Amino acid sequence: MTDRILVPKERNPLRTLYNILNYGGLAALVLWSSSGIQYLGIMQTARGTLEAILRGFILPDVAYLANWTKDGLPYAIVETVAISIAGTFASALLSIPVALLASQNIVGPRVSKLGKVIVTAVRTFPELILALIFISVVGPGAPAGILAIGIHSIGMLAKLFSEAIESMDMGVKEALDSCGATPMEVLFRAMLPEVAPEFISYTLYRFEINVRAASTLGLVGAGGIGAPLIFAIRNRAWSRVGIIMIVMVIVVTVIDLVSGRLRKKLV
Amino acid sequence: MSGPVERIVVPKPNHLRRNLIILGVTALIVGSAWFAGFDLGRILLNLRKGGRLLGRMFLRPDWAYTPRIVDPLLETVKMSIVGTFWGAILAFPTAVFAANNFIKNPWIAQPLRVILNITRSIPAMVMASVFVAVFGIGAFSGVMALVIFTFGLISKLTFESIEAIDQGQVEALQAVGANKPNILRYAIVPQILPQFLSYTLYGFEINVRAAAVLGYVGAGGIGQIFEQNLAWRNFDRVGLIIIISFFVVLVIDLASSAMRRKLV
Amino acid sequence: MIQFTNVSKTYPNGVQALKGVNLTIEKGEFVAILGLSGAGKSTLLRLINQLIDTTEGEVVVNGVVVNKAAGKTLRNIRRQIGMIFQGFNIVKRMSVLANVLSGRVAYNPTWRTVLGLFPEEDKQIAYRALKRVDILEKVHTRASELSGGQQQRVAIARALAQEPLVMLADEPVASLDPVTTIQVMDYLKKINREDGITTVANLHHVDLALKYATRVVGIRAGTIVYDKPMKDIDTGNFLHEMEQVYGRRIHADEVLGDEE
Repeated sequence: MTDRILVPKERNPLRTLYNILNYGGLAALVLWSSSGIQYLGIMQTARGTLEAILRGFILPDVAYLANWTKDGLPYAIVETVAISIAGTFASALLSIPVALLASQNIVGPRVSKLGKVIVTAVRTFPELILALIFISVVGPGAPAGILAIGIHSIGMLAKLFSEAIESMDMGVKEALDSCGATPMEVLFRAMLPEVAPEFISYTLYRFEINVRAASTLGLVGAGGIGAPLIFAIRNRAWSRVGIIMIVMVIVVTVIDLVSGRLRKKLV
Repeated sequence: MSGPVERIVVPKPNHLRRNLIILGVTALIVGSAWFAGFDLGRILLNLRKGGRLLGRMFLRPDWAYTPRIVDPLLETVKMSIVGTFWGAILAFPTAVFAANNFIKNPWIAQPLRVILNITRSIPAMVMASVFVAVFGIGAFSGVMALVIFTFGLISKLTFESIEAIDQGQVEALQAVGANKPNILRYAIVPQILPQFLSYTLYGFEINVRAAAVLGYVGAGGIGQIFEQNLAWRNFDRVGLIIIISFFVVLVIDLASSAMRRKLV
Repeated sequence: MIQFTNVSKTYPNGVQALKGVNLTIEKGEFVAILGLSGAGKSTLLRLINQLIDTTEGEVVVNGVVVNKAAGKTLRNIRRQIGMIFQGFNIVKRMSVLANVLSGRVAYNPTWRTVLGLFPEEDKQIAYRALKRVDILEKVHTRASELSGGQQQRVAIARALAQEPLVMLADEPVASLDPVTTIQVMDYLKKINREDGITTVANLHHVDLALKYATRVVGIRAGTIVYDKPMKDIDTGNFLHEMEQVYGRRIHADEVLGDEE
């Protein structure tokens, strides 16, 4: 005969309270948030529009794709990619000194804290706002997009770069110091060669993101495919929207694949 | 070493491949800048104008306007919360099915991945614009765009996590005769839950930024007010909106990052 | 050539690595420094080229005060002191030649070295250095493709390219297999003998000191507790004497042993 073994139930009141607060709080948060958003009588008109959109995707405006002039789709896509290339490259160059300022093993704990704050500040500044500011300065078009992407990407690239620098093996720096090298020489002949593959990999990664960003910036007039796209949406030219989105998805996917493969070869 | 020293002759290195790559990349970059009409000279000349504009925006912001933007900001935050919440809820089962080491059915996983890829290739602003055309101006369109965007983002990160779990725990459960839901509950979820929550918070951080600008195309939140004031050239109010939004996003970012650090 | 006068070093975290060290090393000596890890060997070595600075006392190399030196003075001091490390510290993604040329940075203006535009004469010095360690054929090879022993030889070449008066070696062979260890130590000895370069080496294996040094210095807890020229050392009794320095028996991995 086996006796029943009695084990006291695990009752931790603090734990239960914690759970109630957590889940309850989350539920309350979501409910409160949902309450503020009105779900108007949308479904009536929506249905017709959705059907039109679907039709636009099934029968896209191929003529737009074949239009090789400045007003055509290929030009706009190329401009979008060009904006990303130029912007990402400029950003990578600018991010190097910023990253150095944010790296503890280069400038010490206090200065690097300040550097990190600057980087966080840049990251928090929305790209769109930057684009609008630059449009006010240099006028609408692709250059404003390049500037916006160039500055905004520093937020991510400088952070990733400085993380690479901080996790670097400092031995080569010591070796060059012992030869009598100046800080510039240590930078170019020891540190940058060590972290270069990681830098390039991060830059490619940011480039992938920037192609998407560049198409968004066009919405506000910073060049690229964004402007024709928003135009088509506002005019409900769904077959044109269709071809643009299809081509955009293809281009982004291809770029992602190529860039991903390059990145794998680096690290 | 003594006496006259002879010169050593060393064969020249072959840098052809390296130089071609450098040349190609440089051509690509310069070509891109040229194609886009990037004229450094003209930009530098216009810098002073930019400086003045920035001064109007940030040195003398219209602080009195602040009460007017509280509600739109709140709407932006609410949009982010709802968008992230539903995006995450949808993402979890999708990630489970899209992972190649759980259901192991390529006919399900591959199409799902294609769909995820598409949702991630379309920028949130574009989706928002389309939704505004469909559902009208307002936060609902923005929330829809955020849900889809978040769904794509979290799904990808999560299924990658699922594929990286320790298979040993799965095998142990299989050995005791567990079925798929059991394995999910006892082997997979415990391993990836902290990461999933971390990704959700990350998605939330991104969404707050995105939500702030979605209003520009009419999808609700602070962006709409921003666009109106910009169109009216009320730069002092534009500056105020930027400053206040900036701090809100910063605070949310810091809080979220702190929570994420405690998770992983 | 090298003179320590009442040198003490206390690190910011409170650890006192060296206490009142007095040491004079003459030109051409090959000094082996032995002792437990943490006894102060690395600190001692790095005080010579000011990779670490003194808390108290003075370090003089070739008549020039090293501690508290800065700027061009420090650059000129360091270019005359070559150093090799346990981890080799070779830039893996650069070519062997580029690594060795880094030894010439302090002899050229910064703009030249940053752009890699070294004069032909410097390249000849680099080639000669590589030839001294029998690795000239790898001159354009990427450093990552070399073995550990080869990388350390490139490091020696880099130090040689500086045309130094002093060579510092911080546990140069601790990461190498026994055969390569002998090879590298042979090169260090050859350079010391042929060029008269004063060599100071921290060694992990105590019998290597016997084999290569002209003088053995033992450090324990920040002070010098043993200092004998080779001629005064009774090789049979050496291990026992080292136990006084280490404060314990010598472990098997601290003796290289004979290779048959």
